[in-house]
Amino acid sequence: MSFKTVERKPLTLAERTYVPQILNGLSHTFKKMVKPNETLEYPEARPPIPEGYRGVPTLVKDPNGREKCVSCQLCEFVCPPKAIRIKPGEISADADTAHVEKAPQEFDIDMLRCIYCGLCQEVCPEEAIWLQNVFSVSGYTREELVNDKERLYELGGTLPDEHFKWDKKKAAEEAGNGAH
Amino acid sequence: MIDLYLSLPIWVQAAIKGLIAIGFLIPVAGACSLAERKVSAWIQGRPGPNRARAWGLGYIPILGPILQRLGVFHLMADGAKFVFKEDVVPGHVNKFYYYLAPLVALVPSLCTVVVVPFGAYFDAASETLKPLILADVDVGILAVFAIGSLSVYALILAGWASNSKYPFLGGVRASAQLISYELSMTLSVIPVFLWVNAPGPEATLSLFAVVESQSQAGLFGGMWFVFLMPMCAFIFLVSLFAETNRQPFDMPESEADLVGGFHTEYGEFKWSIFFVAEYAHMTIGSAVFVLLFLGGWNPLPWVPLEPLIAGLPVWLGGLLGAAFFLGKTFFFIFLFMWVRWTLPRFRYDQVMRLGWQKLLPLAIANVIFYALAIAVIERS
Amino acid sequence: MIQPAQPDLVTVYIDGKEIAVPKGTNVIEAAKMVGTDVPHYCYHEKLSVAGNCRMCLIELGMPMADRATREPIMDPETGKQKINWIPRPQIGCGTTVVPGMHVKTQSKMVKECREGVMEFLLINHPLDCPICDQAGECKLQEQATGYGRGYSRFIEQKNVKPKRTQLGPRVTLDDERCVLCSRCIRFSQEVAKDDVLGFVDRGSYSTLTCYPGKELSNNYSLNTVDICPVGALTSTDFRFKMRVWFLKQTDSIDTESSVGANTVVWSREGEIYRITPRQNDEVNDTWMADSGRVLYKEVQADNRLKPSSELATSVSAAASLLDDGNVAIVGSGRSSVEEQFLTAKLAKKIGAASYVVGRHGEGDGILISADRNPNTRGALVTGLISELPTTELSQLAADIDAGKVTTLLSVGEDLTAAGLSDEQLAKVNLVYVGSHSNATSAAATVIIPTLTVFEKSGTFINQQFRIQKFKSAVPGLKGAADDRVVLASLLEKLGDEAKGSDLASVWAEIAETVPALSGISYANVPKSGLLIDGSAWSGLDFPEGESLHFKPATAEASA
Ligand code: SF4
Ligand code: SF4
Ligand code: SF4
Ligand code: FES
Repeated sequence: MSFKTVERKPLTLAERTYVPQILNGLSHTFKKMVKPNETLEYPEARPPIPEGYRGVPTLVKDPNGREKCVSCQLCEFVCPPKAIRIKPGEISADADTAHVEKAPQEFDIDMLRCIYCGLCQEVCPEEAIWLQNVFSVSGYTREELVNDKERLYELGGTLPDEHFKWDKKKAAEEAGNGAH
Repeated sequence: MIDLYLSLPIWVQAAIKGLIAIGFLIPVAGACSLAERKVSAWIQGRPGPNRARAWGLGYIPILGPILQRLGVFHLMADGAKFVFKEDVVPGHVNKFYYYLAPLVALVPSLCTVVVVPFGAYFDAASETLKPLILADVDVGILAVFAIGSLSVYALILAGWASNSKYPFLGGVRASAQLISYELSMTLSVIPVFLWVNAPGPEATLSLFAVVESQSQAGLFGGMWFVFLMPMCAFIFLVSLFAETNRQPFDMPESEADLVGGFHTEYGEFKWSIFFVAEYAHMTIGSAVFVLLFLGGWNPLPWVPLEPLIAGLPVWLGGLLGAAFFLGKTFFFIFLFMWVRWTLPRFRYDQVMRLGWQKLLPLAIANVIFYALAIAVIERS
Repeated sequence: MIQPAQPDLVTVYIDGKEIAVPKGTNVIEAAKMVGTDVPHYCYHEKLSVAGNCRMCLIELGMPMADRATREPIMDPETGKQKINWIPRPQIGCGTTVVPGMHVKTQSKMVKECREGVMEFLLINHPLDCPICDQAGECKLQEQATGYGRGYSRFIEQKNVKPKRTQLGPRVTLDDERCVLCSRCIRFSQEVAKDDVLGFVDRGSYSTLTCYPGKELSNNYSLNTVDICPVGALTSTDFRFKMRVWFLKQTDSIDTESSVGANTVVWSREGEIYRITPRQNDEVNDTWMADSGRVLYKEVQADNRLKPSSELATSVSAAASLLDDGNVAIVGSGRSSVEEQFLTAKLAKKIGAASYVVGRHGEGDGILISADRNPNTRGALVTGLISELPTTELSQLAADIDAGKVTTLLSVGEDLTAAGLSDEQLAKVNLVYVGSHSNATSAAATVIIPTLTVFEKSGTFINQQFRIQKFKSAVPGLKGAADDRVVLASLLEKLGDEAKGSDLASVWAEIAETVPALSGISYANVPKSGLLIDGSAWSGLDFPEGESLHFKPATAEASA
């Protein structure tokens, strides 16, 4: 180890009385006092949510109102704290979206477990689960803090879709690619 | 009305005065605690307490929201909380002294307030200014010091009666500190009275007289003592901080770094009495400082109150005087808070070193210097 | 170096590794022996070779020899014989090894071939892995990770084919996903002998379908789902129920008949989702019957017996009944060997006559035999019975009528189904140890609820005298006790020395007292089962006919 001796200037008398420093400090705090507040008055004022913010995971619908999740359960699989529970189900053959075939029957995310890691959003092949801007969750019971499918769609709303993969598929079907 | 008052038996007068003292000090102490929270918040860039809203008052248009923003209802809630909290008494304390200590803490501050004039009115009969004071005694400052220094007993008592280590150490810290700074404090006011009093039997220690002497004509006559004797004012102020246990001298409590202090074992209403006593102490300290060095109720240096109010009705003049005085006092209370949220706490050895090795010699030198100077001036 | 030719071994070189393989092996199998995987879709080791997917392309070469003299041509550089590589790739599944054959499975050409095949396969593939039940066990997914392009060059619209065709009562077909490997067709022809599937149309419009007016309804139809390398054939029962990667696999045995097909039970968090066959080349190859795949439903059946009192209480009650001297015990051919052993011991202890109810049906010659008890041989081996069980317990009925039997213990058997009348049951003190309610449990004085085969572990002895293990896949119903524990505690209550009811202790006892099973413990029965000596019972006239990997002794004798 090598040592470096730092030269310290001897204190001047004014410094030794400590008074100028005190006055300096007082002027600093006074300036701070008359400045506007640094804090936000939550909940009336809310911080701007930056792009790509990872809030509460939600389920979204595509612009046509189709539920995007097909209950592939990849999010359930990837979720590190096992917060997601899905019961897959089949879309009945006479539904509008029958060509999608599969949709969740039950979809629960336990917000007491969720760590907001965003892996579910990352893994979702249908871009159906999004961590959006809701950041405060509260409830009186444990059950209340489990978001069920209905609540997840309510939180999620509709997001723009770039692919319309299933609509394209339906279009191909209707264009008669099956006929030959 | 004054006649009516004067016609009352003496003990009723005393009771009324006592109630005035309590009725003045306790709300001020409460307001101080709120002010402390607000000032700390503003200095730290926060709005401070502003959420609570009482039904009734809180819903009056305009006024309600203002009170809410000021956190007044928090103050009420806090006060109510202290009263309604369960009274927990640790099993190991000496109950009698344990309960006694907070009362002992409150008594000196309530007593000293009676000898502190908080304004003046123009007495048309005698054509002179009369102090607004509860007890116009000649010993004035001596009474303040004598009774005020009793407050240290409360701290020792609390520390000892709690019968556990932290409060005890806190009590010892407190007593050592208070005794140390009392010396400098007392010494620092001697020059003031040397200046105020001409040699002879007419001498007085009355605080009214000190203000009077700052209200005369002439360069020195109208000059506040803070300009005339800045060193005295400085020593007095530093000692005042130490005596009132305010930052940077709040060794007796020290909050988290030295675990509470003398009131570690206290809670609820008992604790809040300590709290009130501290603020009362601070208020009186500020008042005394204003009287001694800042010209009391005189609005500005070289501008005495008397000619201003001479033509006004008595009540208005009195009110004006009290307003000037209280304004200055409240500024000082603010200064206490301002300093608290600016300076860090001293280490205890520094407190002691500062008290005994720096401040006391300085105060002694100061007394000698002014004594000589006054002697020289008076001779000439 | 070519090894001195052994009569039935052929030496080949796979990626430079020399290996001797049996004659007639194809390149995929030979490569498997050196630990190299040759990707394939249409090839299935238990089916004939079709060679239509082209995924298994490999490079093939033979040592060069002078045409005229047949002298080997040596490579002067290496000093070894030169290899004559065929310039075109060959399919591995359809190429049988010949001595000295050289195979490259990792060359650039092979890799490019695989990539090309993959790209073609994916052109019209719907890529709906998120909704596909095969995801996670799909060969197309697997090979796509190895040889896929990662993006598609095909910008035209994909073919659309029927998405949910019901091929039969248990099989749903998604034609878009089919890679036209024809495994299902070959299975139906060759194993199930029910030739109903086939392709129609040509080129990329080729579509798998059922012969008009027929359906894939044979009892082996779900095997097509198992062998379909992609998610085209799906089980209607399992469809969209759970992703396979969540499922825990537990080895088990099909309890339908004495064939004892090896199975895997797939469960998640105590719930069983499906049963599939487990390969055992001595028993069931890679197949099992559809009827055996739904047996898991009995675990959560409505008529499951739920415990109403503490086990100790009901065991004491049962024991006091069984202590009366005129007891008969009806054991079960569905109980495990361990349970049968304990039942036999119990019978001996209290001097009771013991019976087993026979169950007979028609064998289908594949994986369902005529004896519908999975463990009749076990009852014989453990000495619970010495004769083949009959479906009617007429002797017992007579004994009850004669008042010779006043207390009856039934281990999971419904005695009314075995010919006892309600009046007869009413005459006796009945103790019922079983998992589901029936007429017998309704008449029972003491009921002790027990576990199903999916909730407990044990062994069965199948028609080949092969002892096979099954393991508990899901935790038992709350409060219900393992049959083995119940029997052991009954024994203990009746004054037998406590020997422990865990598998190891019971097996220690079995190995000691049952001659045919000496030297065996639960732990050392291998996954594929252990053949034991059944010659002591060769005199009995077992009902089983010929089935896969099994010939009845009489047939063998006459053959
Ligand atoms: S990963 Fe996406 S599509 Fe799959 S289950 Fe989760 S939300 Fe639904
Ligand atoms: S954000 Fe992370 S923890 Fe929360 S549900 Fe998604 S995967 Fe699970
Ligand atoms: S359905 Fe499956 S097994 Fe049958 S041909 Fe198509 S991919 Fe092959
Ligand atoms: S596996 Fe060889 S061609 Fe399909």
